[in-house]
Amino acid sequence: MPIYEPFNAERAQEIIARHRHRDGAALPIFHEFQATFGCVPNEAVVLTAEALNLSRAEMHGTVTFYHDFRKTPPGRRVLKICRAEACQAAGGDKLAARAEEKLGVEMGGTTIDERVTLEAVYCLGLCHSSPAAMLENRVYGMLDEERLDAVLKEAQA
Amino acid sequence: MTVRVYISRDSGALCVGAEEVATKLREEAERRGLAIDIVRTGSRGMYWLEPLVEIGTERGRIGYGPVAVKDIDGLLDAGFLQGGNHAKGLGLVEDIPFFKNQTRLTFARVGITDPRSVADYRAHDGYAGLMKAIEVGPETIIEQVTTSGLRGRGGAGFPTGIKWKTVSQTIAAQKYIVCNADEGDSGTFADRMIMEGDPFVLIEGMTIAGIAVGATYGYIYIRSEYPHSVEAMEIAIEEARKAGMLGRNIAGSEYSFDMEVRVGAGAYVCGEETSLLESVEGKRGEVRAKPPLPAHIGLFGKPTVINNVLSLASVPIIMDKGAEFYRDYGMGRSRGTMPIQLAGNIKHGGLYETAFGITLGALVDDIGGGTRSGRPVRAVQVGGPLGAYFPRALFDTPFDYEAFTAADGLIGHGGIVVFDDTVDMAKMARFAMEFCAIESCGKCTPCRIGSARGMELMDKIVAGEERAANLLVLEDLCNTMKFGSLCALGGFTPYPVMSALTHFPEDFGAEPKRLQAAE
Repeated sequence: MPIYEPFNAERAQEIIARHRHRDGAALPIFHEFQATFGCVPNEAVVLTAEALNLSRAEMHGTVTFYHDFRKTPPGRRVLKICRAEACQAAGGDKLAARAEEKLGVEMGGTTIDERVTLEAVYCLGLCHSSPAAMLENRVYGMLDEERLDAVLKEAQA
Repeated sequence: MTVRVYISRDSGALCVGAEEVATKLREEAERRGLAIDIVRTGSRGMYWLEPLVEIGTERGRIGYGPVAVKDIDGLLDAGFLQGGNHAKGLGLVEDIPFFKNQTRLTFARVGITDPRSVADYRAHDGYAGLMKAIEVGPETIIEQVTTSGLRGRGGAGFPTGIKWKTVSQTIAAQKYIVCNADEGDSGTFADRMIMEGDPFVLIEGMTIAGIAVGATYGYIYIRSEYPHSVEAMEIAIEEARKAGMLGRNIAGSEYSFDMEVRVGAGAYVCGEETSLLESVEGKRGEVRAKPPLPAHIGLFGKPTVINNVLSLASVPIIMDKGAEFYRDYGMGRSRGTMPIQLAGNIKHGGLYETAFGITLGALVDDIGGGTRSGRPVRAVQVGGPLGAYFPRALFDTPFDYEAFTAADGLIGHGGIVVFDDTVDMAKMARFAMEFCAIESCGKCTPCRIGSARGMELMDKIVAGEERAANLLVLEDLCNTMKFGSLCALGGFTPYPVMSALTHFPEDFGAEPKRLQAAE
């Protein structure tokens, strides 16, 4: 289970220093920010712009382009449910609705106790075993109501 | 005597509990004092049998599946480590018809070898293609790849040899090989299976490409939704370096080549090649206008070969067995084999590599076994979210680039998503527009605005609001998107929309006749 640090500039600079020599360093830096802080805070984006000698506007443009990067940290666990065609074909719509109902949040939302963030994802490459979901790096396929409920329980634990 | 047991660590196996099965088997064997060696492989691609446990015997590998944790005791009691009979027994894995009837060229080793072992890779003909490539040199490599008839497996179907030749003829101090592993199409997982099941074949293919065009560095851009592929590739790259197969003077030759993994960030459009290059450069993944081609001005402004995982992974066998060997499979201008992915509501979901030319109906009904729900197949979407929906009436269409184009569809990356008769095709058509709206990079108007207008139109049509007039507007909008968009996202979204409308008009509350009468 990921435990995020609150943003601190020193830590951000460490991360930047680790990647700044790489060509096209922005995405690797943002990914590590998100793994560390749970999100890519504005302050961190500004530091990145300075380090890479790019404008803040350009860095802001980059970070906001990608669905993955968050402005604020998620709940303790992030549960992604596939909403793409193959999972729809195998009954994914009903399961997604069930997950929303059981957790009491809509896709993209975080439960009131901040335990679980529920997100839609468009394909996990597990379409041979649809419907599929992912809890952090743990993957689940062939979901039915019973299996989904077990995943929800695991996410809320 | 130690028994070899093979269990996949492909995420398709992990998602149904392969890790738990492997752990339980290890513990239980230890408790019973049985000597076993569990090898974690890729997947055979028969996902309805995962977790598949294979036992190495003198006769070959005997399979048991799908194995649940609660089956382990019973399996051990039945002596399955010696190939004993059990209800979950499948016999020799390579005799299972789904597997036996394939022509596995690109996927020759997937599910068989340990994806973390260079030695195992070599023991199964790995690196034979690279050795030949080093021997014959750049010109002959390009000639071989051209002669093989290999076309881009990402979806566009552009001849790989011609792309390579363009880059090789462009003079620059630095060139790059970029592997497009941003496999975002729903219904596809072949790239993932290669990366998790036989990553060295991709490394080898990229290295051969590097030698062919004079590039010394490569990037593999993997989507963030594939954490297991990222891990597998990173481990394999490190292992290849240790074995002297990446870095300076590969295998003691004059050629040098190295590579790294870059992880995407959830943007579907980054599977488009120029958008992918922007993303690797650390920018917004916005599509570039072409020309200039990436072959001339690509990554960081340098000449770049950008190929899909499957294209690059097919190169080693072409170099090893010869261009003619590969070219002799297939039909028309579609040469060699295509790893086809059976997905969605399907009984036998998985990967089926076969020569081009097999019909859609054979794939869905005979090989795929129809729907998992047991209801009749009503529609299949071929080629991902931008591919057309096919009704049963078109099931005699052969799997071939040109045949699919002629049927107003595309084979794309080879994914087939099966739907049963409960599907609402108007809803699927709306979803295609919605997906395009969510994923549009925003650079060109037909895609950015067209997809949003398309969603609104679909809502009106479904609500029965001026249906005939709105259907005409939808057709017009689709034409604007098709011919006016900068890339395939906006340009191909009309395929699922128009095919749904053409083949399933009853779901839109309109008879085909009415459409024509309004014209």
